[in-house]
Amino acid sequence: MAKVFIYPATSLILSDLVARFGHQPLGSAISIREHIQTPGFDSPPIQMTSDDPQKGLKWAAVEVPSGIRGRMSLYGPLVEEAEAAIIIDEPDLSFGCMGCARTNELLAFMLREKDMPRLELRYPTSKEEGVTFVAAIKEFLKNLEGQQ
Amino acid sequence: MKPYVPQYVGTVTKYVFVDSPNTTPQDIATAAYEIAQGVMIKETCFGCQITGSPEDVDRIIAHLRKLDPYRIYVKDRGFPPGDARRCRADLGGARPGYLGHEYEMGLVRYIAYGLQETDRMTPEELSAAAGREMPTPEALDIDILESLMKEE
Repeated sequence: MAKVFIYPATSLILSDLVARFGHQPLGSAISIREHIQTPGFDSPPIQMTSDDPQKGLKWAAVEVPSGIRGRMSLYGPLVEEAEAAIIIDEPDLSFGCMGCARTNELLAFMLREKDMPRLELRYPTSKEEGVTFVAAIKEFLKNLEGQQ
Repeated sequence: MKPYVPQYVGTVTKYVFVDSPNTTPQDIATAAYEIAQGVMIKETCFGCQITGSPEDVDRIIAHLRKLDPYRIYVKDRGFPPGDARRCRADLGGARPGYLGHEYEMGLVRYIAYGLQETDRMTPEELSAAAGREMPTPEALDIDILESLMKEE
């Protein structure tokens, strides 16, 4: 069972397909869960603490806005842990403020830089593309088993 | 600052989405309740949320997937149900964060079809289907762009 990073990290479709074909999807929920289940000091409203932008320094320079460093403290450890990645090119759902947009760019860059199996796709827009989309992911994940 | 004491430590929460003409969210929730054995199940408009130990949650999900294998989708959730930081009962108004789910639920019919078709394929057919190019969307025609700019 390989740890597969999914991008967009909140994707329902990718998360389901990776788990369905017997691997472990790494998405933002994993980091968030770890974050909110760790005791510490209350930091409302969503339990990000002032330590997180400092942790994010490992993946983003000090002059990078704290919003990006904070987000990278969630994604960075997952990218390091990942053994493979599935990336959706230009996903429509993955937009947001500058913090989100720049984090997404940095994340996609890190995934492409890391030496690991990678599959890049875009969302299907028809039934035929749906077959290609699922077949590509199924084949990619099947080949991962062979490499392990 | 006060100490933060987390709830439901060691549990996992998973979303179960259903988009099927044959299975409703109520069917999913009822089937989950039948074998819950103390695991927290929350029925929602799209399916349900399951919170419990990883083994229990996996057991229930494996059972639910059998109801409609191609049209039930599962995803991890970071927060447990009813968490005061996310729950509408505390925040009021619409809950933020379903934009992605809403977008992807519009596409799952293609995924369901893809899952059904790929299940029937031989390994050779699967490789051929996986190698097929997905056409990139056509760029916006320059004349259309110009007309749009003039309209502004």
